[in-house]
Formats: sequence, C-alpha cells, structure tokens
Amino acid sequence: MELKDKLLSSYVAFEDHIDTNTEIHEIRSKALENFDKLGFPTKKLEAWKYTSLNTILKNDYSIFPDRGRTVELADVKQYFIHDIDTYKVVFIDGKYSSFLSETTHDNFDVCLMSSALSKAKYKPVIQKYFNKVAKQDNLTSLNTAFVSEGAYIHIPKNIEVQKPIQIINFTTGSEPATMTQPRNLIVVEENSHVQIIERHQSLTVNEVLSNVVTEVFAAQSATVDYYKIQNDHSNASLVDNTYVNQKSNSVVAVHTFSFGGNITRNNLNFFQNGEHIDSILKGVTIIEGKQHVDHHTLVHHIEPNCESHQDYKGIYDERSTGVFNGKVVVEKEAQKTNAYQQNNNVLVSDKATINAKPQLEIFADDVKCSHGCTIGQLDDDALFYMQQRGIPKKEGRGLLMFAFANTVLESVKIPEVKSRITKLIADKLNVNIGFDL
Amino acid sequence: MSKYTEEDLEKELKTKEYEYGFYTDIESETFAKGLNEDVVRAISKKKNEPEWMTEWRLEAYRVWKKMTEPDWANVHYPKPNFQDIAYYSAPKKKPKLNSLDEVDPDLLDTFKKLGISIDEQKKLANVAVDIVMDSVSVATTFKKTLGEKGIIFMPISEAIQEHPELVKKYLGTVVPTSDNFYAALNSAVFSDGSFCYIPKGVKCPMELSTYFRINEGGTGQFERTLVVADEGSYVSYLEGCTAPQRDENQLHAAVVELVAMDDAEIKYSTVQNWFPGDENGKGGVFNFVTKRGLCETNAKISWTQVETGSAVTWKYPSCILKGNNSVGEFYSIAVTNHYQQADTGTKMIHLGKNTKSTIISKGISAGKSQNSYRGLVQINSRAENARNFSQCDSLLMGNACGAHTFPYIETKNKSAQIEHEATTSKIGEDQLFYCNQRGIDTEKAIALIVNGFSKEVLNKLPMEFAVEAQKLLEISLEGSVG
Repeated sequence: MELKDKLLSSYVAFEDHIDTNTEIHEIRSKALENFDKLGFPTKKLEAWKYTSLNTILKNDYSIFPDRGRTVELADVKQYFIHDIDTYKVVFIDGKYSSFLSETTHDNFDVCLMSSALSKAKYKPVIQKYFNKVAKQDNLTSLNTAFVSEGAYIHIPKNIEVQKPIQIINFTTGSEPATMTQPRNLIVVEENSHVQIIERHQSLTVNEVLSNVVTEVFAAQSATVDYYKIQNDHSNASLVDNTYVNQKSNSVVAVHTFSFGGNITRNNLNFFQNGEHIDSILKGVTIIEGKQHVDHHTLVHHIEPNCESHQDYKGIYDERSTGVFNGKVVVEKEAQKTNAYQQNNNVLVSDKATINAKPQLEIFADDVKCSHGCTIGQLDDDALFYMQQRGIPKKEGRGLLMFAFANTVLESVKIPEVKSRITKLIADKLNVNIGFDL
Repeated sequence: MSKYTEEDLEKELKTKEYEYGFYTDIESETFAKGLNEDVVRAISKKKNEPEWMTEWRLEAYRVWKKMTEPDWANVHYPKPNFQDIAYYSAPKKKPKLNSLDEVDPDLLDTFKKLGISIDEQKKLANVAVDIVMDSVSVATTFKKTLGEKGIIFMPISEAIQEHPELVKKYLGTVVPTSDNFYAALNSAVFSDGSFCYIPKGVKCPMELSTYFRINEGGTGQFERTLVVADEGSYVSYLEGCTAPQRDENQLHAAVVELVAMDDAEIKYSTVQNWFPGDENGKGGVFNFVTKRGLCETNAKISWTQVETGSAVTWKYPSCILKGNNSVGEFYSIAVTNHYQQADTGTKMIHLGKNTKSTIISKGISAGKSQNSYRGLVQINSRAENARNFSQCDSLLMGNACGAHTFPYIETKNKSAQIEHEATTSKIGEDQLFYCNQRGIDTEKAIALIVNGFSKEVLNKLPMEFAVEAQKLLEISLEGSVG
C-alpha cells in the first residue's frame, strides 16, 4: 500500500484513541482533507525541484510505533547537551518519556503538546496560536492531521528563562521503519527570552522518517535562540517545517547544523508582523556519503524598518547533494528593510552536487537587499602555506574548512552548544582542531 | 559609386537612415485564422519550400500540439488563443501619409527625443519622402562587400532555396523543434527571418544588422534567425531598433540560433522596443523569445540586450559552452515602466573544460511594472575549472513596482568557481539632491544615475547603438519619478 493511502486509512484508527469532540479535531480533519488533495510533494513542484522523497516514501512505515525497548540514560546521554543544567522534553518513538525529561510549570510552561491540547487551562493559548502561522501545505497538513504529541512551551511576559530547553526525539527502531510526526508550539510573550535546542536521533540504523512542525511566536521585544542539531544515522530522514511569527522589536535566531541523515529537508519560514524586527537564519552543513540536505528558507518582510540576516555554509564530500533555496520577499509597505543573504559552498568531491537558488522578490523601493552565493574550493595557497610550516595537508584542510564554517558558529550564544558543534565539526572533518573555542 | 570602405560605412552610420523591410511591394495576403497541418503546409508552399522543410515544420507542429503553454514565468497576462491567430500574413501595408502632420504626435515626440532626423522620421512613420535616398544602392554595395568575403547574409526563406545544405545542417540544432512551446510553434509557422553564414577565418567587416537588411522579412511575428560562424570567424550582429515599433500582432515568438564553431566569435546585440501598451497597461506586445548559442572549442558568444518594450517579455538568451575553453557572456538591461512585465535572464550550461561565463544583468523597474531576472548556471560533472561570475542589480523607482531574482545554480564539479551577487537599491535622495544643487534638474539627474547604473552593459553595445540606447532608457523612464 502506498504510504499516502496507508496514512489516510490509519486516520480512522487514530480517531479511536483521541477525543474527537474538540475544535482541534476539526483542524485535524480539515488538514487531512488538504493532505488527501495535495499528496506528497513531487519534483514537479518548484519548491521540491531538487529534492525527491520517492526513495524514502517506499518504506512501509509503522505510523503508530509501539513503545519500543526501554532506553537507559547511559545509552543516550551523549545526545544531550549534558554539561549544563537544562529543561528537557524527551520523546521516544513519539511518546513522552517522563524518565528522561525535566519539565516545569513554575512561572512558565515547558511541557507536552498532548496535555496542552486536552487540558482546559491551556485552551486560550492553543486557540490563539495553534496552527495559526503554519502554512497549509502538503507535509505540514499531514503533520496537523496526526497532531498528538510534541513540546509545548509557553513563556509569559517579562521572563528570562535561565536554563536552555532541550527537545529531543528518539526513535528506538523497534520496527523496521518508523514514521513520527512531532508537533511543537513555542509561545514567547513580551520581553521574554528563551533558548531552545532541538535534536532528532534514531538509536538504530532502521529506517526513520520524521515530519516535524514547529510553530514559534515571538511577541514584542521577545528573544528566541533556537538551535537545531541534525546528526542522525544514514537511514534517518527528516522534514523539518518551522514557522516563526515575529512582532515588533523581537529577535529570533535559528541555527541549523546538518551533519548527517539520509534526506534532510529544512523548511524555515519567518514572517515579520511588526517593525524593528531582526530575523537571523544561519546554518552549517557538512555531509558526505549519499546524504542530501536541503535548506529552504523564506523571510517575509511585511512591515517597515526590519532586518534579516541569512548565512549558510556548506561543505559537500563524496556523493552528497546540497540544496539551498533562500527566498526573501519584501512587501511594498516594508520600506527601509535590510535583508542580507549569504550562501557559500565548497565541493570536496567530484561526485558531490550543489544546487543553489537565492531568490529575491522585492516590491518596496527604499530597501537594501543583497544576496551572495559562491561555490568554490579551499585556497590552495593557504594550504601550501600551512604545509610549509609543518601542518599536515589533512589538518590544514580541516583548519581551512573549520575557518570557513566558523562565521556561523560565532553567533552561537550557548558556550556548551558551541563547543559541542565545534567537536562535531572536528569529528566530521576528521581532524584534531587542537584548540578550544 | 567608388569602392565602399569601412570609413564610408562609419560616415554612413553617422548620418544613417533607418532601413526597414517595408520597401517592397506588399502582398497583403492573410490566411484564415487558426492552426492545423494544412495551414503549416500552406505556409511552406507559399514560401516554395522543399519537401524536407515542410516535413520539418509539420514535425514541429505535431510536437507543439502535444505541449502546453508554460506558466512558470513570473508574468501574468491573458493567455492568447492560438486558434484565433492568423499564422501567415505578408508584411502589413502601412497607410501612406502625405506629411508629418498626419503622424501621431506622441510618436513624433519620441523621434525627436531619440534625435532622429526629419527624413528618417518621415521614413519611419511611413510618410512619403521627397528626396531620393540611395539606400538601395548602399544596400547593394554592402551585399557585394559581403559577397566578396564569402559571407552569406539573406532572409532565411531565400537561404532555404539557395543554400539548403547549410540551413538543413544547422537549423534546429541549437534550439530543437521540441525545445519549448513557443519554439515549437515558431518552428512550425515561422514566416521569415535572417540567415547568416561566416566562412572559415573570415572577420565580418561590418556590423550585420537589420538597418541594412535588404529584404522584406522585417520583424515578423514568428521570426527565425540562424547565425553560423565557421572556424576562426567573427561576426557582430545587431537586431532590433531603438525607434518604437508599433505592431498589431499581440503575440511574437521568435527563435534565434547561434552556432560558433572552433575559435569563432559571435557578438549578438539586441535593442527591443516593441509597443509596451499604454500607461494603463492596455494593449502591447507579448514577446516570447527563445535565443540560444552553441560554443565549440575556444569559441565565444556574447549576448547584449536592451529591453525596453513589450507588455510581456519572456526571454532567456543562453549559451551552451560545449567546447573546451569556450566563453559565454550575457549583458542585459531590462527596463519596465507602467504595467510592463519582464521575465528575462540567461542560461549558461558549462559542458567543456575551462569554460567561462559572465552574467551582468541590470533591471530597472518603475511605475507598476514587474521585472524579474531568472538565470541558470549549470556546471556539468566533466566541466573542470569552470568559472562563472553573475551580477544582478535592480533599481526600483517608486513602491508600486517589483524586482525579482530567481537565480538557479547547479554544480556537479568540485573545481567550479561560481560567484553570484545581487543587489537591490533605489535612486538615493542624496544623489538627486547633489545633482539638483549643481543645477541639474531631477529628470536629468535620474537619467544620469540610470546611465551610470547601466553603464557596464551599454559599454558592450556597438557604438552607434549605445548612444541611442542611452536615450531610449531616458524616454522609457520619463515621468516615472516625481
């Protein structure tokens, strides 16, 4: 059975487990209709021109995986940022793991989507924000139709959350192929500040497909720092749909570090509904093998005096494929917009491919918009210089690539995340960087 | 008349006359509307074409029938009804006027601003001219000079008769009949166009252009151009004209094919000023053009275009860099005003080793227009050391217009070096104030700034074209800031 049919038919079974007498269920049913109409994206769609899901849609995914084997902290500790105190919302095969998690309801809520959807006290927030900024496209609709679990974070006014929040989804691989659809909602009210780290990790080499939707709402003068770490097994695929809605004077930064996985597709969308907003989108991609990473970004400048900064670096080895499609839309009311977009790529192997499409759509005249896109190699002279001074070629290349990716790392605000990423890059490039940052 | 030298040519250019195709005796014959195999056959028969040509057209028609009109471009317009178009019409007879007073004053105004002499104006507006202009003999002299060098330059319909082996060999090799919807349509029904062949090692001594074209082919609705530069040859080809062209044909679908053999160079310049529709966006020409060049080893193709006209432009002059060390260049200025829409750019397909391409695109949007750059740079896995530099700059005037960039970059080779830059800006108030302070009025100041903005491209145009193109930019943007 085709995955689409399987999903459609399993919806009935899904309805048996949930309360169907709610507003949320109406949203679900509508979303399912929408997905039924649209189906999975194909390469014929402009937005999916360079990424085909055909190979991974063939798998016979288990849509509601049983709770697999128990996971011991020792097995998974390495996937946490464990050297600092954090809140944790952890899911195993799509189910909440209270054992590994550390949630809170003191002053603010870091808890579960399932309880937020069912308990009355969360209703005002859910009504106001749930599914409000997410686009009603194919994969987002699919996620909405099956929404049941994920992280729910609500920070009321004037709170600086002292500890970062980690959202981690593990798949145990208890079935040959598992599909999960986590749904996260993050609402940050006026003047509040929060840092979030998100990670998807499969614990075996079995096939995994995660179709994640995250909605972020940043109210006036709110600050959100969001880090996505994507370093999964080579049979784990991820479609990450993130929608950010910003109000005046807010600052939202999303850093995406893609170091592994089968097919990784990041749909990152920013909507600026206010003035003096700053949106920051940064990413480092270092992949090899047959891995495929696709960054699809959209920054929609709707009101005047806003800024956006995009900086994506990619290093592609072996037969890997990279895609960057960055789109900046400046509406005609959005005068005095400053939008920068930078995409630099290095191909290390002859078999690697990079497809880039930096796109600008501008309707306002008093704006400063620029984009730059380069594809090139490491500087041979610099490499030679290092070799002359006794640095082996391999380390030299590693250093150069590290330096290439480093501009993105500079803006990482949590030191432990930064050192973790540094280590991942060093591992990835197979060199000992030899200094701490 | 003594021997016509290049100095004479230069002099001639200074006092040049616009030479259009409409001198011949015109048969005003039009086929019934609609398109089917019989119409294609009839067109072919009308042109007295050999059997292979008729077959070629029919094949294109069959392919076209199965295709659907593309809608991916960033333009919006009512789709033409392809069965509501007459596919063969001999060049239209223009009403003869007795004096310039009868000519549309708007048109005269434009002529004046372009600096076109009274005689030329008369000729352009099809007013009976008293003085005898020796244009025919000039043309004949040109033909002779070209003939001596072995250069073939003639309407493609004549070339099909006189040089069938050359046409057969190259026609459709760069733009296959099945390439796209409009190319297929053009292949099936093209009325006329130009054919140019430069033999081995010959440098064409003059700019080949529509100025000096001696046939009635003119700027037809479905024009077909084929330029072949044999090994080591050079040619510079000019197409179009700065004077505004009014045409009742709403739909124009031309195909231009360039073949540059080893070590050859082709420079192809276009100035396009079709009727863009009025201030309210009514009327205007739809211009859907397929232009492509093929570069063999060490060859070079350079496209330069100034686009100011047409209600809708859909045009991507491309280079296939097949041979090693070949070079492709694209320089473009696209100006849109009022309700015009332009979706234009280029494709650089790098197949050979050490191939280079340069893309400079300048878009200027004013009024309520939409201006898009759409480009593709593709580096094939065998194209070692390919190099590309792209720059797309947009200038916006007012906030009712839009500028868009859709660059596609696809690289499959690690030795490729690609740079792409795009900026969007407006004419700064400071810049205008600076000019005003120095006694330059706002309108002039804008012209000055626009010229500076587009200088890199204007410089690539042949001299006499560049001056006119510059003025054309001023006129196109007139009154757009205020």
